[in-house]
Amino acid sequence: MRPLDLLWLVPALPIAGAALNGLICLFWPKAGKSTATLIGVGFPGVSMLVALAAIWQYLHGTNPAPFEQTLWSWTAGTFSIPVAFLLDPLSVVMLFVVTFVGFWIHVYSAGYMSHEAGYRRYFAYLNLFMGAMLLLILGNNFLVMFVGWEGVGLCSYLLIGFYFDQSFPPQAGRKAFIVNRIGDFAFLVGMFALFAKYGTLTYSAIFPKVVSAPEALTAPYALGLTFAGFVALCFFIGAMGKSAQIPLYVWLPDAMAGPTPVSALIHAATMVTAGVYMVVRSNAIYQLAPEIGTFVAIIGAFTAILAASIGLVQNDIKKVLAYSTVSQLGYMFLAAGLGAYTAAVFHLGTHAFFKALLFLGSGSVIHAMGGEQDMRKMGGLRKYMPVTFWTFALGTAAIAGVPGLAGFFSKDEILHNTAATGHWGLFAIGLFTAGLTAFYMVRAVAMTFFGKFRGTHDQEHHLHESPWVMTVPLLVLAIGAVGSGWVGIPELLGGGNTFHHFLSPVIAQFPEHAIEHPEMAASTEWLLLIASVAAGLIGIGYAFKLYGGGEFGGASWAKRFPVVYRLLDHKYWVDEIYDRLIVKPLGALSRFLWKGFDDTIVDGSVRALAWATELSAEGGRLSTTGNVRHYALYFFLGVLGLFWWILRS
Amino acid sequence: MSLPHSVPVSWFLVLAALLFAIGVAGALTRRNGIGIFLSIELMLNAVNVELVGYSRLLGERTGQVMVLFVMAVAAAEAAVGLGLFIAVYRQRRTIDVNRLNLMRW
Repeated sequence: MRPLDLLWLVPALPIAGAALNGLICLFWPKAGKSTATLIGVGFPGVSMLVALAAIWQYLHGTNPAPFEQTLWSWTAGTFSIPVAFLLDPLSVVMLFVVTFVGFWIHVYSAGYMSHEAGYRRYFAYLNLFMGAMLLLILGNNFLVMFVGWEGVGLCSYLLIGFYFDQSFPPQAGRKAFIVNRIGDFAFLVGMFALFAKYGTLTYSAIFPKVVSAPEALTAPYALGLTFAGFVALCFFIGAMGKSAQIPLYVWLPDAMAGPTPVSALIHAATMVTAGVYMVVRSNAIYQLAPEIGTFVAIIGAFTAILAASIGLVQNDIKKVLAYSTVSQLGYMFLAAGLGAYTAAVFHLGTHAFFKALLFLGSGSVIHAMGGEQDMRKMGGLRKYMPVTFWTFALGTAAIAGVPGLAGFFSKDEILHNTAATGHWGLFAIGLFTAGLTAFYMVRAVAMTFFGKFRGTHDQEHHLHESPWVMTVPLLVLAIGAVGSGWVGIPELLGGGNTFHHFLSPVIAQFPEHAIEHPEMAASTEWLLLIASVAAGLIGIGYAFKLYGGGEFGGASWAKRFPVVYRLLDHKYWVDEIYDRLIVKPLGALSRFLWKGFDDTIVDGSVRALAWATELSAEGGRLSTTGNVRHYALYFFLGVLGLFWWILRS
Repeated sequence: MSLPHSVPVSWFLVLAALLFAIGVAGALTRRNGIGIFLSIELMLNAVNVELVGYSRLLGERTGQVMVLFVMAVAAAEAAVGLGLFIAVYRQRRTIDVNRLNLMRW
């Protein structure tokens, strides 16, 4: 049996693990933790091994054609959707990232969650998430992707609200779910439009038709857009929700209410990249809608800088990372919108490693601090937890774009493509954001690990390095944060840009609409490279200058620009604006529909009917005297009436 | 013995109508259960008279056969009815239907 033929096991195993742990949870609540760990970590582990074997075989196959495996078909009348999996270069990359990073986060969870109630429930949700995410990336059509898409949304909701006995997490879970639903609606509309046109949702059936007859998609369709533009816009709105872009990014920072490994897995490394994956997957359509592409890029760039600027002033270590994630996702959309799909996926992959690492590192810190997340109460943790410090520092260096590490290559690829397509304004935003990124990350490192400890004496006494089950994943992911960029070293630096060439079969090639890649002079490229490195280094250096000694150097800036500080500290009041403009009016409308419509009109009419029935019954029952002679009289009168009716003419 | 053919059918009808009206009046006004019962029998027999009258007019025997059926049914009904009243009397020591009103609202 070839490993490729076992591809279906990759999503099936985590789902089976979730089912098993869920059933044990229901019927045998007193079961020990060891089986929960065995199932919860073992099933994704085997799934990862199968995935790695399948990837290895795929890469070494003589025929690099995409591999498809059909399990069965959903059929309803003439509507038929295959439940099938696809392995092509794009899903290979995603599969590797999701199973590998996912598995190590599972291992880490076994340590992080070991003292928590609901341990088994946690692993059931986490496994279900893995299964849904794998469905999302392996599906060979949009509907299977959508099933996974909704599945990860559900698991995200469940895990954000994991601590359901507190007040904030369930609220954050609901917010995530509802905001995501707004995007999902648009995604569905896009799928309907595609299905109406092509009668199928399978990638291999749609995209060749798009390439061979692009004129069918560039005709005006709806909302003043072409068909390609309409579908691209709908899909992008879906991606906005899942991948936390303006204006639907508000749920992601709140999602930090869940356990930290969840933030690492779902809200940094995998689920939030689903939108990027979907846009890249549909690149044939996006290439035909350049106006939507530009829109995507602009949204991405603005999300990147907005989130990064908010990240500058956050004091909650997880909030910093959350806004950093939103910002990095913005980078990916910047690239995807400009047609640099491989650069977007490249950054997706490297980001998964270093952001998962950073989140797990922050989890290790929070674990040692006994649940404290405020960086103002940390400090000096370097000497207590060296492994966490060094891996966290490596992750920070990677995201800040220190040359040679993963983030350097992928971010540079994006900035290079932005400049190469002539979008200098977006390039400037990206460059500035790179500086901000370096600044807030180093600020976080300095506040957490440098200076003197600022927590309570009790906390200081308990400071300890995390157990090996948590540090080993940190070390593994640190290797990824360093090395995952080396697969895409650009030609300028003597590399072959292997990653770009590996992914290029996934990018549709239009004979007449070829993506423009104007050649740049090597000197210009060097200049851009130096600029992006400089932006990162300036950010790092300045953050060290302000925070390195353990004091809060940013306070002087806050004093100098109090308005700006308040603006950033309150996250541009976006949550408050949404609350005022959308949530409150919706609430008022709902209350009106509840009290004004449902209670009075709907329930009222039912109550009126009941009242009328009762009244007539009250009157009617008076005729039931129990005296048989009265009944005989009624009968007689009835017969008389009948006679009159028959004889009346 | 047979009635002369000169007896018109209307006589039968008038007699039947009178008997029926007496029966209705009795059934509605009597308070004694047995009285009500008798009145019902009177109504049935009013119908019998009418059936016989038409049977004679039309020279058709079916009407007379119907009368025999009605009589048989009425006899059975009388047996059941009287049985009921005896049972009621044993329970309540009365068959005044005005006082038999357990099934009221």
